[in-house]
Amino acid sequence: MYPQAFHYHRASSLKEAATMLVQLGEEAKLLAGGQSLIPLMKLRFASPQHLVDLNFIPGTSYVKEENGALQFGALTRHAEIENSATAGEIPIIHDCAAGIADAQVRNRGTIGGSIAEADPSGDWATVLLTQAAEVRCLGPGADSERTVPLNQFITDAYTTVLAHGELVSEIVVKIPPKGTGGAYLAFKRTAPVYPTASAAVQLSMDGDVCKDAAIALGCVGLTAIKATEAEATLHGQQVTDRVIAAAMEAARAAADPQPDMRGSAEYKRALVSALVKRAIKIAMRRARGEQVEASHIYA
Amino acid sequence: MPETFERVPIKLKVNGKSRAVSVEPRTLLVELLREGLDLTGTHVGCDTTYCGACTVLMNGAAVKSCTIYAVQADGAEIVTVEGLEKDGQLHPIQKAFGESYGLQCGYCTPGLLLSTYQLLSSNKQPNEKEIRKAIAGNTCRCTGYQNIFKAIRLAAQNTKGT
Repeated sequence: MYPQAFHYHRASSLKEAATMLVQLGEEAKLLAGGQSLIPLMKLRFASPQHLVDLNFIPGTSYVKEENGALQFGALTRHAEIENSATAGEIPIIHDCAAGIADAQVRNRGTIGGSIAEADPSGDWATVLLTQAAEVRCLGPGADSERTVPLNQFITDAYTTVLAHGELVSEIVVKIPPKGTGGAYLAFKRTAPVYPTASAAVQLSMDGDVCKDAAIALGCVGLTAIKATEAEATLHGQQVTDRVIAAAMEAARAAADPQPDMRGSAEYKRALVSALVKRAIKIAMRRARGEQVEASHIYA
Repeated sequence: MPETFERVPIKLKVNGKSRAVSVEPRTLLVELLREGLDLTGTHVGCDTTYCGACTVLMNGAAVKSCTIYAVQADGAEIVTVEGLEKDGQLHPIQKAFGESYGLQCGYCTPGLLLSTYQLLSSNKQPNEKEIRKAIAGNTCRCTGYQNIFKAIRLAAQNTKGT
């Protein structure tokens, strides 16, 4: 399968890429890892006239720790995050990176591309919605940098606040303090496909009592959904099975899934609430300092 | 759509050999390998980033060559299944697949060999879970995978210390 013909441009800096976007107009698109865009182009769901390749820009792929936060360059591949000890300081980040698609796709796909693509089934947005995360954006002008909180970055399916000519340069995630724990679980039929549903949970615990909770649901709406009612059921509570059941019920209600070949809406609601339950249990154990492995679930 | 199909000159190393070619931007890496360089060992299966039959190594990392434009491989080192044998001798991974009956029709095999290659280059003694994870992006419709797992275990054994 061939995409429609396009003009190819290679940027040597992010700034230049932003300038190229403006010069080339609305028919230009950025090429990061290409693991979503190239399949879309081959199926001719997308036929941009111009592609601006970001892959040859030096210094855009890194995981750094600074001022109690992790910084991810926009072009950092999922595999690099998966294998980074620094990124492993936030276990939920490792859960996400290590579970995306398969080894080949993780070697190419990028965190910046995933966020900017804003696919409703993407993994990163769901996970980062439970974190204190920010997206650094860059435009062509001298004063065109801005930082957008992640929960304001994605506005709709495949839609972000990025203006044409603006791009993601870095993603910053604050390292959660001790006594907190998070987990991300996605349910997939096989490795290379998008999940049927996913759940990210971040808990701040004081003994058995939950001080703070962040819960996000993936693949069950036009964007990742912050399940605030589910979070509220945990706040200030001893996390008993009864409380978890209430959180599950609230998550089920917050989900707004579309029926498709991966399952009916009702099935996905049931699935996402079960994932919330499992993720809560892992997050609690991690908050206690236990090393727990969590990864995508196949069936 | 552009009216002229401009071609872009690129240089890359394929199986150790330097190549200079010019490609249309929309040419996929797998098409360059198969049609342009006559290396038909790399297969096209699903053509949708699913099956992994087109897996090659790009700068040492396993990638799906149906989901990379050839222009993106400018300056890269590519290894295809043709690059595994040395001096007419099969690579130990290839031998292990043969000895373990890790293939039937063989269509998925080039991709599986290269995914295995990447696994064993960073992890000499992978456990069962790591083996499964490493080839999760490679679909086989013949074998039921058991002999493939056996082949990878054998390959790990035979390449230990290399």
